[in-house]
Amino acid sequence: MTTTTKRAMRAVLVLAMAAAIPALQGCSHALMMVRGTGAQRPPASEFGPGPRTSAAGRYVATLEPAQPLRPRQMQTVRVVVRDAAGRAVDGAQITIDGGMPQHGHGLPTRPRVTRALGEGGYEIEGVRFNMGGWWEIRLAITTAQGADAVVFNLAI
Amino acid sequence: MATRILPTITLFVLLTGTAIVGAASGSRASWTPAELEELRSLSLLALEPLPADPTNRVADDPAAADLGRRLFFDPRLSANGQVSCGTCHQPERGFQDGRALAVGVGTTARRAMPIAGMARSPFLFWDGRKDSLWAQALGPLESAVEHGGTRALYARVIANHYRRDYEALFGALPDLASTPAWDLVTGIFVNIGKAIAAFERLVAFGPSRFDEYVAAVSAGRNGGVILTTDEVAGLRLFIGKAHCTQCHNGPLLTNNEFHNTGVPPRPGLPVEHGRWDGATAVALDEFNCRSRWSDARQHCPELEFMLTGDHTQERAYKVPSLRNVAERAPYMDAGQLATLAEVIDHYDRAPTSVSGHSELRALHLKPAERRQLEAFLRTLSGPIRIDGRDAATVSP
Repeated sequence: MTTTTKRAMRAVLVLAMAAAIPALQGCSHALMMVRGTGAQRPPASEFGPGPRTSAAGRYVATLEPAQPLRPRQMQTVRVVVRDAAGRAVDGAQITIDGGMPQHGHGLPTRPRVTRALGEGGYEIEGVRFNMGGWWEIRLAITTAQGADAVVFNLAI
Repeated sequence: MATRILPTITLFVLLTGTAIVGAASGSRASWTPAELEELRSLSLLALEPLPADPTNRVADDPAAADLGRRLFFDPRLSANGQVSCGTCHQPERGFQDGRALAVGVGTTARRAMPIAGMARSPFLFWDGRKDSLWAQALGPLESAVEHGGTRALYARVIANHYRRDYEALFGALPDLASTPAWDLVTGIFVNIGKAIAAFERLVAFGPSRFDEYVAAVSAGRNGGVILTTDEVAGLRLFIGKAHCTQCHNGPLLTNNEFHNTGVPPRPGLPVEHGRWDGATAVALDEFNCRSRWSDARQHCPELEFMLTGDHTQERAYKVPSLRNVAERAPYMDAGQLATLAEVIDHYDRAPTSVSGHSELRALHLKPAERRQLEAFLRTLSGPIRIDGRDAATVSP
Protein backbone atom coordinates (compact mmCIF):
# COMPACT_ATOMS: atom_id res chain seq x y z
CA MET A 1 0.00 0.00 0.00
CA THR A 2 1.46 3.34 -0.98
CA THR A 3 1.62 6.30 1.42
CA THR A 4 -0.87 8.16 -0.76
CA THR A 5 -3.41 5.34 -0.51
CA LYS A 6 -2.97 5.13 3.30
CA ARG A 7 -3.57 8.87 3.58
CA ALA A 8 -6.65 8.54 1.38
CA MET A 9 -8.03 5.71 3.54
CA ARG A 10 -7.48 7.76 6.72
CA ALA A 11 -9.24 10.72 5.09
CA VAL A 12 -12.19 8.50 4.15
CA LEU A 13 -12.48 7.18 7.72
CA VAL A 14 -12.44 10.69 9.17
CA LEU A 15 -14.99 11.84 6.59
CA ALA A 16 -17.23 8.83 7.23
CA MET A 17 -17.18 9.48 10.99
CA ALA A 18 -17.88 13.17 10.47
CA ALA A 19 -20.78 12.28 8.18
CA ALA A 20 -22.17 9.69 10.61
CA ILE A 21 -22.70 12.13 13.51
CA PRO A 22 -25.23 14.46 11.82
CA ALA A 23 -26.81 11.43 10.12
CA LEU A 24 -27.45 9.81 13.51
CA GLN A 25 -28.78 13.08 14.93
CA GLY A 26 -31.12 13.39 11.95
CA CYS A 27 -32.25 9.85 12.53
CA SER A 28 -33.25 10.40 16.15
CA HIS A 29 -34.98 13.64 15.20
CA ALA A 30 -37.02 11.80 12.57
CA LEU A 31 -37.98 9.19 15.17
CA MET A 32 -39.24 11.91 17.51
CA MET A 33 -41.30 13.36 14.68
CA VAL A 34 -43.12 10.18 13.83
CA ARG A 35 -43.57 9.00 17.40
CA GLY A 36 -45.51 12.15 18.12
CA THR A 37 -44.78 12.32 21.84
CA GLY A 38 -41.66 11.87 23.88
CA ALA A 39 -43.31 9.43 26.31
CA GLN A 40 -40.85 6.84 27.57
CA ARG A 41 -42.05 3.28 27.96
CA PRO A 42 -41.78 2.30 31.64
CA PRO A 43 -39.66 -0.70 32.69
CA ALA A 44 -41.22 -4.17 32.37
CA SER A 45 -41.77 -4.30 36.15
CA GLU A 46 -44.34 -1.47 35.78
CA PHE A 47 -46.47 -3.49 33.36
CA GLY A 48 -49.27 -5.90 34.11
CA PRO A 49 -52.69 -6.29 35.72
CA GLY A 50 -51.52 -5.39 39.21
CA PRO A 51 -52.15 -5.24 42.10
CA ARG A 52 -51.38 -1.50 41.58
CA THR A 53 -51.54 1.10 44.32
CA SER A 54 -53.35 4.35 43.52
CA ALA A 55 -51.47 7.66 43.36
CA ALA A 56 -52.34 8.76 46.92
CA GLY A 57 -52.18 5.23 48.31
CA ARG A 58 -55.91 4.93 49.16
CA TYR A 59 -56.70 1.94 46.98
CA VAL A 60 -55.07 -1.15 45.52
CA ALA A 61 -56.64 -2.33 42.26
CA THR A 62 -56.15 -5.51 40.27
CA LEU A 63 -57.38 -6.12 36.72
CA GLU A 64 -58.82 -9.54 35.94
CA PRO A 65 -59.57 -9.80 32.22
CA ALA A 66 -62.14 -12.47 31.31
CA GLN A 67 -59.63 -13.63 28.65
CA PRO A 68 -56.09 -12.47 27.83
CA LEU A 69 -56.36 -8.92 26.41
CA ARG A 70 -55.94 -8.75 22.63
CA PRO A 71 -56.02 -5.99 20.04
CA ARG A 72 -59.14 -5.13 18.00
CA GLN A 73 -61.60 -7.12 20.16
CA MET A 74 -64.38 -5.77 22.38
CA GLN A 75 -63.50 -7.10 25.83
CA THR A 76 -64.74 -7.26 29.39
CA VAL A 77 -62.36 -6.69 32.30
CA ARG A 78 -63.07 -7.20 35.99
CA VAL A 79 -61.33 -4.93 38.47
CA VAL A 80 -61.01 -5.74 42.16
CA VAL A 81 -60.55 -2.74 44.47
CA ARG A 82 -59.21 -2.96 48.02
CA ASP A 83 -58.23 -0.29 50.51
CA ALA A 84 -54.72 0.15 51.88
CA ALA A 85 -55.53 -2.31 54.66
CA GLY A 86 -56.59 -4.95 52.14
CA ARG A 87 -60.37 -4.69 52.75
CA ALA A 88 -62.69 -5.01 49.75
CA VAL A 89 -64.03 -1.63 48.58
CA ASP A 90 -67.68 -1.76 47.49
CA GLY A 91 -69.92 1.08 46.36
CA ALA A 92 -67.11 2.92 44.55
CA GLN A 93 -67.69 5.19 41.56
CA ILE A 94 -65.16 4.18 38.92
CA THR A 95 -64.52 5.90 35.62
CA ILE A 96 -62.20 4.52 32.94
CA ASP A 97 -59.85 6.40 30.68
CA GLY A 98 -56.73 5.42 28.80
CA GLY A 99 -54.73 5.55 25.63
CA MET A 100 -51.32 5.10 24.05
CA PRO A 101 -48.87 7.56 25.64
CA GLN A 102 -46.41 7.32 22.75
CA HIS A 103 -49.05 8.05 20.12
CA GLY A 104 -51.03 10.69 21.97
CA HIS A 105 -54.42 9.06 21.38
CA GLY A 106 -57.05 7.76 23.76
CA LEU A 107 -59.21 4.67 23.80
CA PRO A 108 -61.30 4.02 20.68
CA THR A 109 -64.36 3.20 22.82
CA ARG A 110 -66.02 4.50 26.01
CA PRO A 111 -65.69 1.62 28.48
CA ARG A 112 -67.55 1.81 31.79
CA VAL A 113 -68.44 -0.17 34.88
CA THR A 114 -71.67 -2.01 34.12
CA ARG A 115 -71.99 -4.14 37.27
CA ALA A 116 -70.80 -4.18 40.85
CA LEU A 117 -69.95 -7.80 41.68
CA GLY A 118 -69.44 -7.44 45.44
CA GLU A 119 -66.29 -8.15 47.47
CA GLY A 120 -64.61 -5.20 45.76
CA GLY A 121 -65.26 -6.52 42.25
CA TYR A 122 -66.55 -4.42 39.31
CA GLU A 123 -67.16 -5.41 35.72
CA ILE A 124 -65.83 -3.05 33.05
CA GLU A 125 -67.33 -3.56 29.59
CA GLY A 126 -66.50 -2.02 26.23
CA VAL A 127 -62.69 -2.21 26.39
CA ARG A 128 -60.92 -2.25 23.02
CA PHE A 129 -57.35 -1.57 21.90
CA ASN A 130 -56.95 -0.64 18.25
CA MET A 131 -53.37 -1.89 17.95
CA GLY A 132 -50.75 -3.82 19.88
CA GLY A 133 -48.17 -2.02 22.02
CA TRP A 134 -48.01 0.00 25.24
CA TRP A 135 -51.42 1.10 26.47
CA GLU A 136 -52.42 2.83 29.69
CA ILE A 137 -55.70 2.15 31.48
CA ARG A 138 -56.49 4.80 34.08
CA LEU A 139 -59.17 4.25 36.73
CA ALA A 140 -60.55 7.15 38.76
CA ILE A 141 -61.95 5.63 41.96
CA THR A 142 -64.20 7.60 44.32
CA THR A 143 -65.69 6.45 47.63
CA ALA A 144 -66.51 8.08 50.98
CA GLN A 145 -62.82 7.53 51.77
CA GLY A 146 -61.92 9.94 48.94
CA ALA A 147 -60.98 10.09 45.30
CA ASP A 148 -57.83 8.57 43.89
CA ALA A 149 -56.50 7.29 40.58
CA VAL A 150 -54.62 4.19 39.54
CA VAL A 151 -52.76 3.67 36.27
CA PHE A 152 -52.10 0.31 34.64
CA ASN A 153 -49.48 -0.14 31.92
CA LEU A 154 -50.49 -2.93 29.60
CA ALA A 155 -48.52 -4.59 26.80
CA ILE A 156 -51.21 -5.57 24.31
CA MET B 1 -3.24 14.91 -5.22
CA ALA B 2 -6.64 16.01 -4.06
CA THR B 3 -8.05 15.53 -7.52
CA ARG B 4 -6.82 11.91 -7.44
CA ILE B 5 -8.22 11.14 -3.99
CA LEU B 6 -11.66 12.74 -4.29
CA PRO B 7 -13.08 10.20 -6.76
CA THR B 8 -11.75 7.40 -4.54
CA ILE B 9 -13.41 8.91 -1.48
CA THR B 10 -16.66 9.42 -3.33
CA LEU B 11 -16.67 5.84 -4.59
CA PHE B 12 -15.85 4.49 -1.12
CA VAL B 13 -18.56 6.55 0.61
CA LEU B 14 -21.08 5.50 -2.02
CA LEU B 15 -20.21 1.82 -1.63
CA THR B 16 -20.28 2.01 2.18
CA GLY B 17 -23.59 3.87 2.05
CA THR B 18 -25.10 1.27 -0.25
CA ALA B 19 -23.94 -1.51 2.05
CA ILE B 20 -25.48 0.23 5.09
CA VAL B 21 -28.78 0.89 3.32
CA GLY B 22 -28.81 -2.69 2.06
CA ALA B 23 -28.33 -4.11 5.55
CA ALA B 24 -30.85 -1.76 7.14
CA SER B 25 -33.49 -2.46 4.53
CA GLY B 26 -33.47 -6.11 5.37
CA SER B 27 -31.89 -7.66 2.30
CA ARG B 28 -30.78 -10.48 4.58
CA ALA B 29 -34.34 -10.67 5.93
CA SER B 30 -33.30 -11.69 9.41
CA TRP B 31 -36.34 -11.07 11.54
CA THR B 32 -36.25 -11.05 15.33
CA PRO B 33 -38.73 -13.33 17.16
CA ALA B 34 -40.83 -10.23 18.02
CA GLU B 35 -40.86 -9.14 14.37
CA LEU B 36 -41.81 -12.64 13.24
CA GLU B 37 -44.68 -12.58 15.71
CA GLU B 38 -45.82 -9.24 14.28
CA LEU B 39 -45.59 -10.57 10.71
CA ARG B 40 -47.74 -13.56 11.65
CA SER B 41 -50.30 -11.21 13.25
CA LEU B 42 -50.61 -9.46 9.86
CA SER B 43 -51.00 -12.61 7.80
CA LEU B 44 -54.15 -14.62 7.07
CA LEU B 45 -52.69 -17.28 9.39
CA ALA B 46 -53.95 -15.05 12.22
CA LEU B 47 -57.46 -14.63 10.83
CA GLU B 48 -60.06 -15.88 13.30
CA PRO B 49 -63.34 -17.54 12.31
CA LEU B 50 -65.98 -15.11 11.05
CA PRO B 51 -67.87 -13.78 14.09
CA ALA B 52 -71.61 -14.44 14.22
CA ASP B 53 -74.04 -11.59 13.52
CA PRO B 54 -76.81 -12.12 16.05
CA THR B 55 -78.71 -9.11 14.66
CA ASN B 56 -79.34 -11.12 11.46
CA ARG B 57 -80.95 -14.50 12.12
CA VAL B 58 -80.30 -15.64 8.51
CA ALA B 59 -76.68 -14.41 8.49
CA ASP B 60 -75.24 -17.91 8.05
CA ASP B 61 -78.16 -19.56 6.24
CA PRO B 62 -77.00 -20.84 2.80
CA ALA B 63 -80.50 -20.35 1.35
CA ALA B 64 -80.41 -16.70 2.46
CA ALA B 65 -76.94 -16.28 0.93
CA ASP B 66 -78.22 -17.73 -2.35
CA LEU B 67 -81.20 -15.35 -2.37
CA GLY B 68 -78.88 -12.53 -1.36
CA ARG B 69 -76.50 -13.27 -4.25
CA ARG B 70 -79.35 -12.99 -6.76
CA LEU B 71 -80.65 -9.78 -5.15
CA PHE B 72 -77.11 -8.36 -5.11
CA PHE B 73 -76.90 -8.61 -8.90
CA ASP B 74 -80.54 -7.74 -9.72
CA PRO B 75 -80.91 -4.32 -11.42
CA ARG B 76 -84.67 -4.44 -10.94
CA LEU B 77 -83.84 -3.22 -7.42
CA SER B 78 -83.41 0.34 -8.71
CA ALA B 79 -85.42 3.30 -9.90
CA ASN B 80 -84.33 2.90 -13.55
CA GLY B 81 -83.97 -0.88 -13.64
CA GLN B 82 -80.26 -0.58 -14.44
CA VAL B 83 -78.45 -0.42 -11.10
CA SER B 84 -77.65 -3.38 -8.85
CA CYS B 85 -75.25 -3.65 -5.92
CA GLY B 86 -72.95 -5.31 -8.46
CA THR B 87 -72.87 -2.13 -10.58
CA CYS B 88 -70.38 -0.56 -8.18
CA HIS B 89 -69.27 -3.74 -6.40
CA GLN B 90 -68.04 -5.76 -9.37
CA PRO B 91 -66.76 -9.26 -8.47
CA GLU B 92 -64.20 -9.28 -11.28
CA ARG B 93 -62.72 -6.03 -9.89
CA GLY B 94 -62.60 -7.13 -6.27
CA PHE B 95 -66.15 -5.85 -5.64
CA GLN B 96 -65.33 -2.22 -6.44
CA ASP B 97 -65.61 -0.12 -9.61
CA GLY B 98 -62.26 1.62 -10.11
CA ARG B 99 -63.94 5.05 -10.09
CA ALA B 100 -63.13 7.96 -7.79
CA LEU B 101 -66.86 8.48 -7.15
CA ALA B 102 -69.36 5.65 -7.49
CA VAL B 103 -72.06 6.04 -10.14
CA GLY B 104 -75.55 4.64 -9.66
CA VAL B 105 -78.63 6.39 -11.01
CA GLY B 106 -76.61 9.52 -10.24
CA THR B 107 -73.07 10.26 -9.06
CA THR B 108 -72.32 9.75 -5.39
CA ALA B 109 -69.89 11.68 -3.20
CA ARG B 110 -67.99 8.55 -2.17
CA ARG B 111 -65.54 5.94 -3.39
CA ALA B 112 -67.15 2.47 -3.52
CA MET B 113 -65.66 0.23 -0.83
CA PRO B 114 -64.80 -3.42 -1.45
CA ILE B 115 -66.96 -6.09 0.23
CA ALA B 116 -64.35 -8.64 1.35
CA GLY B 117 -63.70 -8.67 5.08
CA MET B 118 -66.47 -6.17 5.84
CA ALA B 119 -68.41 -8.74 7.87
CA ARG B 120 -65.63 -8.38 10.44
CA SER B 121 -66.04 -4.62 10.82
CA PRO B 122 -68.26 -3.29 13.61
CA PHE B 123 -69.11 -0.17 11.60
CA LEU B 124 -69.73 0.20 7.88
CA PHE B 125 -69.28 3.00 5.32
CA TRP B 126 -66.40 5.49 5.32
CA ASP B 127 -67.95 7.30 8.30
CA GLY B 128 -69.30 4.19 10.06
CA ARG B 129 -72.93 5.33 9.99
CA LYS B 130 -74.20 1.72 9.92
CA ASP B 131 -73.49 -1.07 12.39
CA SER B 132 -74.23 -4.23 10.40
CA LEU B 133 -73.83 -5.52 6.86
CA TRP B 134 -77.61 -5.74 6.45
CA ALA B 135 -78.23 -2.19 7.64
CA GLN B 136 -75.43 -1.03 5.32
CA ALA B 137 -76.99 -2.77 2.31
CA LEU B 138 -80.22 -0.82 2.84
CA GLY B 139 -78.53 2.58 2.58
CA PRO B 140 -77.68 2.56 -1.15
CA LEU B 141 -81.08 1.06 -2.03
CA GLU B 142 -82.80 4.23 -0.77
CA SER B 143 -80.09 6.69 -1.78
CA ALA B 144 -81.36 9.01 -4.52
CA VAL B 145 -78.04 8.77 -6.41
CA GLU B 146 -77.40 5.03 -5.97
CA HIS B 147 -80.36 2.65 -6.54
CA GLY B 148 -82.85 5.51 -6.19
CA GLY B 149 -85.86 3.28 -5.47
CA THR B 150 -88.32 2.92 -2.59
CA ARG B 151 -89.19 0.21 -0.08
CA ALA B 152 -92.53 -0.23 -1.81
CA LEU B 153 -90.82 -0.82 -5.18
CA TYR B 154 -88.45 -3.38 -3.69
CA ALA B 155 -91.29 -5.20 -1.89
CA ARG B 156 -93.04 -5.59 -5.26
CA VAL B 157 -89.85 -6.98 -6.87
CA ILE B 158 -89.71 -9.59 -4.09
CA ALA B 159 -93.40 -10.47 -4.46
CA ASN B 160 -93.16 -10.72 -8.26
CA HIS B 161 -89.80 -12.46 -8.68
CA TYR B 162 -88.61 -14.02 -5.41
CA ARG B 163 -91.82 -14.98 -3.58
CA ARG B 164 -91.10 -18.70 -3.10
CA ASP B 165 -87.53 -18.34 -1.83
CA TYR B 166 -88.36 -15.27 0.25
CA GLU B 167 -91.35 -16.95 1.95
CA ALA B 168 -89.32 -20.10 2.68
CA LEU B 169 -86.90 -17.97 4.66
CA PHE B 170 -89.00 -15.19 6.14
CA GLY B 171 -92.63 -16.40 6.07
CA ALA B 172 -95.65 -15.31 4.04
CA LEU B 173 -95.51 -11.99 2.25
CA PRO B 174 -98.30 -9.53 3.07
CA ASP B 175 -100.88 -8.72 0.39
CA LEU B 176 -99.24 -5.98 -1.64
CA ALA B 177 -102.25 -5.45 -3.94
CA SER B 178 -103.94 -3.28 -1.35
CA THR B 179 -101.84 -0.72 0.48
CA PRO B 180 -100.08 -2.70 3.23
CA ALA B 181 -99.05 -1.20 6.52
CA TRP B 182 -95.77 0.67 6.18
CA ASP B 183 -94.14 -1.58 8.77
CA LEU B 184 -94.88 -4.64 6.67
CA VAL B 185 -93.16 -3.04 3.67
CA THR B 186 -90.22 -2.06 5.85
CA GLY B 187 -90.04 -5.64 7.13
CA ILE B 188 -89.58 -6.91 3.55
CA PHE B 189 -86.98 -4.22 2.92
CA VAL B 190 -85.05 -5.29 6.04
CA ASN B 191 -85.12 -8.93 4.95
CA ILE B 192 -83.67 -7.96 1.55
CA GLY B 193 -80.76 -6.43 3.47
CA LYS B 194 -80.37 -9.52 5.66
CA ALA B 195 -80.27 -11.85 2.62
CA ILE B 196 -77.71 -9.63 0.85
CA ALA B 197 -75.65 -9.57 4.06
CA ALA B 198 -75.72 -13.40 4.20
CA PHE B 199 -74.17 -13.39 0.69
CA GLU B 200 -71.63 -10.68 1.51
CA ARG B 201 -70.46 -12.63 4.57
CA LEU B 202 -69.07 -15.25 2.16
CA VAL B 203 -66.84 -12.76 0.32
CA ALA B 204 -63.30 -13.09 1.64
CA PHE B 205 -59.67 -12.34 0.84
CA GLY B 206 -57.55 -15.26 -0.37
CA PRO B 207 -53.83 -15.57 0.42
CA SER B 208 -51.34 -13.12 -1.11
CA ARG B 209 -47.61 -13.43 -1.76
CA PHE B 210 -47.12 -11.68 1.59
CA ASP B 211 -49.02 -14.51 3.35
CA GLU B 212 -46.88 -17.10 1.52
CA TYR B 213 -43.77 -15.24 2.64
CA VAL B 214 -44.86 -15.18 6.29
CA ALA B 215 -45.72 -18.90 6.16
CA ALA B 216 -42.27 -19.60 4.72
CA VAL B 217 -40.19 -17.51 7.13
CA SER B 218 -42.30 -18.74 10.09
CA ALA B 219 -41.36 -22.28 9.14
CA GLY B 220 -37.69 -21.30 8.87
CA ARG B 221 -37.74 -21.56 5.07
CA ASN B 222 -36.18 -19.04 2.71
CA GLY B 223 -38.66 -16.26 1.98
CA GLY B 224 -36.28 -14.77 -0.57
CA VAL B 225 -37.83 -16.83 -3.35
CA ILE B 226 -41.27 -15.36 -2.58
CA LEU B 227 -40.57 -11.66 -2.00
CA THR B 228 -37.81 -9.60 -3.60
CA THR B 229 -35.24 -7.69 -1.57
CA ASP B 230 -37.13 -4.45 -2.21
CA GLU B 231 -40.46 -5.96 -1.16
CA VAL B 232 -38.92 -7.25 2.08
CA ALA B 233 -37.36 -3.82 2.68
CA GLY B 234 -40.82 -2.31 2.15
CA LEU B 235 -42.28 -4.74 4.68
CA ARG B 236 -39.62 -3.66 7.19
CA LEU B 237 -40.62 -0.03 6.61
CA PHE B 238 -44.31 -0.97 6.88
CA ILE B 239 -43.91 -2.39 10.40
CA GLY B 240 -41.20 0.11 11.37
CA LYS B 241 -40.22 3.58 10.20
CA ALA B 242 -43.39 4.25 8.18
CA HIS B 243 -45.63 3.34 11.16
CA CYS B 244 -48.30 1.84 8.90
CA THR B 245 -49.30 -0.76 11.49
CA GLN B 246 -50.53 1.93 13.88
CA CYS B 247 -53.80 1.63 11.94
CA HIS B 248 -53.24 -1.12 9.38
CA ASN B 249 -52.80 -4.01 11.79
CA GLY B 250 -54.24 -7.49 12.20
CA PRO B 251 -54.71 -10.04 9.41
CA LEU B 252 -56.93 -7.69 7.37
CA LEU B 253 -54.43 -4.83 7.81
CA THR B 254 -57.03 -2.58 9.39
CA ASN B 255 -57.98 -1.82 12.98
CA ASN B 256 -61.52 -1.05 11.70
CA GLU B 257 -61.37 2.33 13.45
CA PHE B 258 -61.62 5.90 12.17
CA HIS B 259 -58.71 8.30 11.87
CA ASN B 260 -58.11 11.79 10.54
CA THR B 261 -55.15 11.51 8.17
CA GLY B 262 -55.45 14.97 6.66
CA VAL B 263 -56.84 13.78 3.35
CA PRO B 264 -58.20 16.89 1.63
CA PRO B 265 -61.85 16.98 0.54
CA ARG B 266 -62.41 16.32 -3.13
CA PRO B 267 -62.68 19.66 -5.00
CA GLY B 268 -66.32 20.42 -5.71
CA LEU B 269 -67.63 18.33 -2.84
CA PRO B 270 -68.66 19.80 0.52
CA VAL B 271 -66.33 19.42 3.50
CA GLU B 272 -67.74 16.52 5.50
CA HIS B 273 -67.06 15.65 9.13
CA GLY B 274 -66.51 11.89 8.74
CA ARG B 275 -66.83 9.85 11.92
CA TRP B 276 -67.96 12.89 13.92
CA ASP B 277 -71.28 12.72 12.04
CA GLY B 278 -71.18 8.98 11.41
CA ALA B 279 -71.16 8.10 15.11
CA THR B 280 -74.21 10.27 15.73
CA ALA B 281 -75.96 8.85 12.67
CA VAL B 282 -75.49 5.21 13.65
CA ALA B 283 -76.74 5.87 17.18
CA LEU B 284 -79.98 7.23 15.68
CA ASP B 285 -80.18 4.86 12.71
CA GLU B 286 -83.59 3.32 11.98
CA PHE B 287 -81.93 -0.06 11.35
CA ASN B 288 -79.23 -0.17 14.03
CA CYS B 289 -78.57 -3.05 16.43
CA ARG B 290 -81.00 -1.64 19.00
CA SER B 291 -83.81 -1.10 16.47
CA ARG B 292 -86.96 -3.21 16.29
CA TRP B 293 -85.60 -4.71 13.05
CA SER B 294 -82.55 -6.21 14.72
CA ASP B 295 -82.69 -9.84 15.85
CA ALA B 296 -80.52 -9.10 18.92
CA ARG B 297 -81.73 -5.77 20.32
CA GLN B 298 -80.63 -6.54 23.85
CA HIS B 299 -76.93 -7.00 23.12
CA CYS B 300 -75.33 -4.10 21.23
CA PRO B 301 -71.90 -3.52 22.80
CA GLU B 302 -70.56 -1.61 19.80
CA LEU B 303 -73.29 1.01 20.16
CA GLU B 304 -73.33 0.92 23.93
CA PHE B 305 -69.63 1.70 24.30
CA MET B 306 -69.21 3.73 21.12
CA LEU B 307 -67.11 6.88 21.20
CA THR B 308 -69.17 9.94 20.19
CA GLY B 309 -68.60 13.68 20.32
CA ASP B 310 -64.83 13.27 20.63
CA HIS B 311 -62.71 15.94 18.91
CA THR B 312 -60.50 13.25 17.31
CA GLN B 313 -63.50 12.12 15.24
CA GLU B 314 -63.66 15.30 13.14
CA ARG B 315 -62.88 14.27 9.53
CA ALA B 316 -61.85 10.81 10.74
CA TYR B 317 -62.55 8.14 8.14
CA LYS B 318 -62.61 4.36 8.16
CA VAL B 319 -59.24 2.62 7.93
CA PRO B 320 -59.61 0.33 4.91
CA SER B 321 -58.05 -3.10 4.66
CA LEU B 322 -54.82 -2.96 2.67
CA ARG B 323 -55.42 -6.40 1.21
CA ASN B 324 -55.61 -6.09 -2.60
CA VAL B 325 -54.92 -2.37 -2.25
CA ALA B 326 -52.88 -2.27 -5.48
CA GLU B 327 -55.94 -3.56 -7.38
CA ARG B 328 -58.22 -0.70 -6.42
CA ALA B 329 -56.98 2.77 -7.27
CA PRO B 330 -58.01 5.53 -6.81
CA TYR B 331 -57.80 5.87 -3.04
CA MET B 332 -59.44 7.53 -0.03
CA ASP B 333 -63.09 8.32 0.75
CA ALA B 334 -63.70 10.23 -2.48
CA GLY B 335 -60.90 8.85 -4.65
CA GLN B 336 -58.78 11.93 -3.97
CA LEU B 337 -55.43 10.16 -4.52
CA ALA B 338 -54.95 8.47 -7.90
CA THR B 339 -52.07 6.08 -7.27
CA LEU B 340 -50.27 4.20 -4.52
CA ALA B 341 -47.31 6.52 -5.05
CA GLU B 342 -49.58 9.52 -4.32
CA VAL B 343 -50.87 7.79 -1.18
CA ILE B 344 -47.32 7.14 0.08
CA ASP B 345 -46.39 10.72 -0.75
CA HIS B 346 -49.39 11.93 1.27
CA TYR B 347 -48.33 9.91 4.33
CA ASP B 348 -44.75 11.04 3.87
CA ARG B 349 -45.65 14.74 3.78
CA ALA B 350 -48.45 14.54 6.39
CA PRO B 351 -50.33 17.71 5.38
CA THR B 352 -52.57 19.39 7.95
CA SER B 353 -56.28 18.65 7.86
CA VAL B 354 -58.80 21.22 6.61
CA SER B 355 -60.67 20.63 9.87
CA GLY B 356 -59.88 18.62 12.96
CA HIS B 357 -56.31 17.36 13.39
CA SER B 358 -54.40 14.89 11.28
CA GLU B 359 -52.80 12.10 13.30
CA LEU B 360 -49.94 11.84 10.80
CA ARG B 361 -46.39 13.06 11.33
CA ALA B 362 -44.05 13.54 8.38
CA LEU B 363 -42.05 10.38 7.71
CA HIS B 364 -39.17 11.79 5.63
CA LEU B 365 -38.85 8.64 3.56
CA LYS B 366 -36.13 8.54 0.92
CA PRO B 367 -37.24 8.05 -2.70
CA ALA B 368 -35.91 4.47 -2.60
CA GLU B 369 -37.88 3.79 0.58
CA ARG B 370 -41.10 5.05 -1.00
CA ARG B 371 -40.57 2.68 -3.90
CA GLN B 372 -39.87 -0.21 -1.51
CA LEU B 373 -43.02 0.54 0.47
CA GLU B 374 -45.06 0.56 -2.72
CA ALA B 375 -43.42 -2.69 -3.83
CA PHE B 376 -44.46 -4.26 -0.53
CA LEU B 377 -48.05 -3.00 -0.81
CA ARG B 378 -48.23 -4.76 -4.18
CA THR B 379 -47.46 -8.09 -2.48
CA LEU B 380 -50.77 -7.88 -0.58
CA SER B 381 -52.86 -8.83 -3.61
CA GLY B 382 -54.59 -12.18 -3.69
CA PRO B 383 -57.76 -13.76 -5.03
CA ILE B 384 -61.20 -12.70 -3.79
CA ARG B 385 -63.18 -15.74 -2.78
CA ILE B 386 -66.89 -16.33 -2.38
CA ASP B 387 -67.53 -19.25 -0.07
CA GLY B 388 -64.10 -20.57 -1.00
CA ARG B 389 -64.55 -20.19 -4.79
CA ASP B 390 -62.79 -17.62 -6.96
CA ALA B 391 -65.09 -14.57 -7.17
CA ALA B 392 -64.37 -14.12 -10.88
CA THR B 393 -66.07 -17.47 -11.56
CA VAL B 394 -69.22 -16.62 -9.59
CA SER B 395 -71.94 -15.37 -11.92
CA PRO B 396 -75.07 -13.53 -10.87
